[in-house]
Amino acid sequence: MSVLPYLVAIWVLSWGVYGIVTSHNLVHLVVCLSVAQASTYILLIGVGYRSGATAPIFAEIPSSTPVVDPVVQALALTDIVVEATVSALLLAIAVQTKKRFGTVDPDELRALRG
Amino acid sequence: MTIAPLPIAVPLIVAAALAATDFVHRRRVTNLVAIATAATVTALCAILIFRSAAGPIVYWLGAWHPRHGVALGIALAVDPLGAAMATLAALLVTATLLYSVKYFDAVSNLFQALMLVFLAAMVGFCLTGDLFNLFVFFELMSVAAYALTAYKIEERGPLQGAINFAVSNSLGGIMALIGIALAYGRTGALNLAQIGEALAQRPPDALVAVAFALIVLGFLVKAAAFPVHFWLADAHAVAPTPVCVLFSGAMVELGVYGVARVWWSCFAAPLGGDAIALRPVFVWIGVLTALVGAVMCFRQRHLKRLLAFSTVSHVGIFLLCLGALSHIGIAALAAYVLAHGLAKGALFMCVGVLIHRFAEVDELRLRGCGRRDAGLLFVGVLFAASGIVLAGAPMIGAFLGKSLGEASVEEAGFGWTVAIFVVASGLTAGAVLRAAGSIFCGWGEDEPPGVAQPQEGDVEPETLELHDRTPATMVVPPALLTVAALLVSVAPGLEDAVQHAAAQFVQTGAYADAVLHGRNTFVALPTEGLKAADFVWGALSLLLALAVSGLALFGRGLVERVPERLRRAGESALQPLEAAQSGHPGDYVAWLTAGAGALCAVIVLALR
Repeated sequence: MSVLPYLVAIWVLSWGVYGIVTSHNLVHLVVCLSVAQASTYILLIGVGYRSGATAPIFAEIPSSTPVVDPVVQALALTDIVVEATVSALLLAIAVQTKKRFGTVDPDELRALRG
Repeated sequence: MTIAPLPIAVPLIVAAALAATDFVHRRRVTNLVAIATAATVTALCAILIFRSAAGPIVYWLGAWHPRHGVALGIALAVDPLGAAMATLAALLVTATLLYSVKYFDAVSNLFQALMLVFLAAMVGFCLTGDLFNLFVFFELMSVAAYALTAYKIEERGPLQGAINFAVSNSLGGIMALIGIALAYGRTGALNLAQIGEALAQRPPDALVAVAFALIVLGFLVKAAAFPVHFWLADAHAVAPTPVCVLFSGAMVELGVYGVARVWWSCFAAPLGGDAIALRPVFVWIGVLTALVGAVMCFRQRHLKRLLAFSTVSHVGIFLLCLGALSHIGIAALAAYVLAHGLAKGALFMCVGVLIHRFAEVDELRLRGCGRRDAGLLFVGVLFAASGIVLAGAPMIGAFLGKSLGEASVEEAGFGWTVAIFVVASGLTAGAVLRAAGSIFCGWGEDEPPGVAQPQEGDVEPETLELHDRTPATMVVPPALLTVAALLVSVAPGLEDAVQHAAAQFVQTGAYADAVLHGRNTFVALPTEGLKAADFVWGALSLLLALAVSGLALFGRGLVERVPERLRRAGESALQPLEAAQSGHPGDYVAWLTAGAGALCAVIVLALR
């Protein structure tokens, strides 16, 4: 088992979080959130990987063939659905923010303080 | 045939039907259907409490039963504590839906649909026995909550509040999911009981510790623990008031419940031997959260922010109860969450009445407004009574939870944190009493000492116009909640019931036996009674609450005798706390990342 997928996951997560913290544009911020979430897909798929194994579709292969873990793939799919929902909602809010505040820079939103 | 999946499935189906029929504007029908659904869910969850009293009800979705102790399917594992938490959430949703019948001037079916999705997610979170399922319900709950926060999408405040809420909580969800993936990678299991069994088979290492830390962090973001609590005040300040009832009364508590659930069902077995090392971690997070919340609460004049910080402070107290890592602590948590949820729900509803009448949430601008008519004075009585519930005065409201909590921390070797219980409950109750005195009695002055300057205009009317009278549907729910909250500590049998439920909750091995092998191996655990000292601490909390509220209302003379320099020092000590509440999602994420790093490091070091 290689450590590469784990390193990549950490790398992607770090850039996603860095992007959120320093973002000057809500759309960019939402995309950075997606990037951070993408690290979990890599991690999940990495956790279920077995070297030399094939895809877990048993239609044409004998049932003794080694396959990668199908559970984590199902988890990753669910995770993608969750992420799509959150992104869609946040992007809608970003559009509305542009209409109401006239800007999408989080630094210039001043409705809440203290 | 068990009823376990019904309280999750029914509201989801009704919500879909309501959303699909949004084009038919029949307000009365929509309200009736939504309220009936929520009431049904409440009844179902209440039945589940009693049915699960002897041992958890285990339901395998799609009949994917475990074979030879290996679970591949997804299970609902209902125990009395989870069912009780679900009942509280469903009860609050029912009360809130009734309350909102006349609250909004214009409301489409989508509000009720969102509320029911939110309800289904909260109930599912309470009843599930599967770690990934827990995450899915966590996210479903979050998404419904973001949408509800930004419900008034034409206004500026709700947009910004929803962004802060959504970004913080989504990142919390990502952290939790990473932890879940690591736990799965180690155990190959997602069922909580099976993860617990698999983890117990070998000594814990850094991977298990990091997985635990990340899952806990994810739930603590939802619970609004220090230093990841910032989103809560922003979301509460701008979300429609009926929604705040659910945020403060149930959703935030579910974060604490999630931590307790994963600890007792998965990690208590491998890490339980290190409980002595882990207790200080939870206790210190609890202490900081309780104090920061209490101080910030007392400084607010924006009523919804005041109540929001009061919730933060109570989360700190809940974490102290949890930090005892004992069944008495869990029993305390259950009783405290019940009293707090009912009282905080009633408080938000009272604030909603003020907003409905005066389109105003600023304590000082509302001063004396509550004397207009008898209806408002009645609301004032409810407001003050709910404040007293939070103080935990002897035999009233939160007293039972507070006393059990104090007993649990003493037993765990953190006797000094009893002072935190007293200070946090006293200050938060004092802030509520101060607001009650100022609004409903007209006491105090325009620039009282110790209260922050008004925030930049985040006071936007939630209702389109001022109203001359308060509809009965907005007074009856808070009245019922307040009465229920006042009686929590004297409810016959509750003291035994929470301890019995907690005893079942904490037996990790027996839980796994019941879920995976269908055996009932639960044993009775020793119970705790009320002691004389509890009455002293309860009375002290109430006295503190009365003293600080009296000082804020009438004590200008006394406060001015404090040397100028000392007062300045106090102000500047609070400056960083208030500056941190910047309303900037990037700042909150930076805090969250720092918190994640610190929590992982502390837990890994503690387990060495």
